[in-house]
Amino acid sequence: MMNTFVVYVENKPGVLTRVASLFRRRAFNIDSLTVGRTEKPEVSRMTITVDADQDQARRIEANLYKLVNVLLVENVTSEATIERDLAMIKVAAQHEARSHVLELAGVFRARVVDVSPESLTIEITGAEDKIDGLLEVLRPYGVLEMVRTGIVAMRRGKKSGALAAATNGTATIAADDSVSQSV
Amino acid sequence: MIKTGAAILWECLEREGVQHVFGYPGGAILPAYDALKHSTIHHVLVRHEQGATHMADGYARASGRVGVAVATSGPGATNMVTGIATAMLDSSPIVCITGQVGSKLIGSDAFQETDITGVTLPITKHNYLVTRADELARTLREAFYVARSGRPGPVLVDITKDAQQSSCEFDWEAARPQLPGYRPDLSPTAKEYAQALELIKNSKRPVILAGHGILVSGAMREIRELADRTGIPVAMTLLGLGALPASHPLNLGMMGMHGEAWVNHTIQDADLLIAIGMRFDDRVTGSLKTYAPTARKIHIDIDPAEINKNVKVDMALIGDVREVLREMMPQIEAADCSDWRDHIDRLKGDSAVRDIQNLPDTGHLYAAHVINDLWRETRDDHTVVVTDVGQHQMWEAQYYKHDHPYSLITSGGLGTMGFALPAAIGAKVARPEAEVWVVVGDGGFQMTMAELATIVQENLKVNIAIINNGYLGMVRQWQEFFYERNYAATPLLNPDFVKLGEAYGIRSMAVSERAGVIPAVQTARRHDGPVLIEFKVEQEDSVYPMVAAGAALHEMIRRPNPLEERAEDE
Repeated sequence: MMNTFVVYVENKPGVLTRVASLFRRRAFNIDSLTVGRTEKPEVSRMTITVDADQDQARRIEANLYKLVNVLLVENVTSEATIERDLAMIKVAAQHEARSHVLELAGVFRARVVDVSPESLTIEITGAEDKIDGLLEVLRPYGVLEMVRTGIVAMRRGKKSGALAAATNGTATIAADDSVSQSV
Repeated sequence: MIKTGAAILWECLEREGVQHVFGYPGGAILPAYDALKHSTIHHVLVRHEQGATHMADGYARASGRVGVAVATSGPGATNMVTGIATAMLDSSPIVCITGQVGSKLIGSDAFQETDITGVTLPITKHNYLVTRADELARTLREAFYVARSGRPGPVLVDITKDAQQSSCEFDWEAARPQLPGYRPDLSPTAKEYAQALELIKNSKRPVILAGHGILVSGAMREIRELADRTGIPVAMTLLGLGALPASHPLNLGMMGMHGEAWVNHTIQDADLLIAIGMRFDDRVTGSLKTYAPTARKIHIDIDPAEINKNVKVDMALIGDVREVLREMMPQIEAADCSDWRDHIDRLKGDSAVRDIQNLPDTGHLYAAHVINDLWRETRDDHTVVVTDVGQHQMWEAQYYKHDHPYSLITSGGLGTMGFALPAAIGAKVARPEAEVWVVVGDGGFQMTMAELATIVQENLKVNIAIINNGYLGMVRQWQEFFYERNYAATPLLNPDFVKLGEAYGIRSMAVSERAGVIPAVQTARRHDGPVLIEFKVEQEDSVYPMVAAGAALHEMIRRPNPLEERAEDE
């Protein structure tokens, strides 16, 4: 099954390589990996989705913790989360097709961000399956180019204690019971 | 105080308690070497950077202190790779310092530039690239802390030439490690302890699997107490040898591919495995599908990533082995398992008759005889045996009965040929009072024999026993068993090892009869310099028992019955 990990890391050079290298070395297949800044300049946040069973997911978490620069790992797969993917889709849209494409974009609440005589570029944000859905219906018109950011995920509700500790850069994470260290 | 990066490097090492480093100079590390004259640290000049890393490793394993290796950029750094990987797989705390081209040249493919932090990323516990002198002190403090804490391992610090040359304010106190994500100190919960204790209490056929983690955490007294209080027999991994005295009545001996047959049968028949500081390597489990099928499993280890990696366990206690055992000890209860021990004794009786030690002296020299005689002569607590990789390594593990902790140093996880000679140098430097014996095959010896010069240069009393069978013996054995005796690329044309040793000024001799073994060992012990003994042993002897790769642990290839074999000969 697809697992989603939210990983807080120190914002230092080479940390992305360390994380990516870990997945390669342990032969876990990354489906998507996004990385970006957080509210703390010294902390970066990754959202990693990976196809793994429960046991593999635990080992991924344990191995991520072995990286010295990793601050906190949360497997949010079974948590209530908001997940978003952003796609820009350039689709062929001439003559009568143009109005059909515009209509479909409207149905999916996607925005047209660029227009040329031959094509329309549509921006859509949402859960992965919503984007897949739009892509499906646009395909017959001819998808000329597409780019997706990969998933970013965030838990619903208030910030967890462990997460607050990690992003405060303190070393008290291990003491927090809500972080699973064991099997 | 204002200091250069080079001066800061040595001062930080001194403050970390480093007395010896093993290294080889070159362009990008020259500023550091230039500053060495102001340091109290003794530098051992090696003959190859791989040797430096194995020496640092041997130093660490013999002493428990962090070993340090130094090399220049490019080829100097890449030559360290094998030694770093060796230390990684055997959880050995070493710090490797490498020079790097100037920070402005990084990425330009400058002369002797290699991205060594990139190269060593998957084989170090952590690594650093330092481009500024003012980052050095904190980085080095972190490197030593990371190397020795938690599950120990190698850390590499790559320092650009300009970081060594430039100056900055040096303040040791202010340069405290900043490792907000690093958590080496895990411990189990009360509930986890209770569940593990319950499993032990309800077990009728338990066995303890004792690994390297016991030696790393210094839990020798605790493992002994655990065995004594519960009467549970103890099986050893290769790297665990010495954690419990071989002569202890509950010590069964080594498990695994070349473990004693009764030990492997014990594991397969057990109803509970208590795995302590070991990681269920494929060399100790055999086929995972058939491994210990009737046993529940408790896994005590400091590394959460080891849990359920190879063998699914019922209970994990994640923490320092010594702390965990201490915590458990007052509450531990075990059922009487004397029937179980009787069962094991019966298994043992069957195996003992096949022991090569029971063969009469026919004039032939077997490696097992050499090792057993060496053990008889040197079995006091000051002997450290450093073995290489292959048949002699397994025979040493079988026939040298290690009664003392840290008395065996060997490359287990990576199986690095060429490890023994340099690692022994490191061990001798760390423990000058110890009697150090290298037990090495003719193949592995030739991989790093350049370090003979280091032995002589440092005037180290290291005794070298080359077990010469004229083959890459373990590979030959696999060819014999699994490739229809097609000895492809395994026969060795060897130099005259006696002349070779003498060329270095090392007292050297050769032995080809069993009667010559003990006198040679005694001569070596009496001589106050290094000694090399070439033992010319049976060429096509094999290590028994053997669990073929992928076979079940109890399906062993056994030594042919000596009586039948001799009848055939006649």
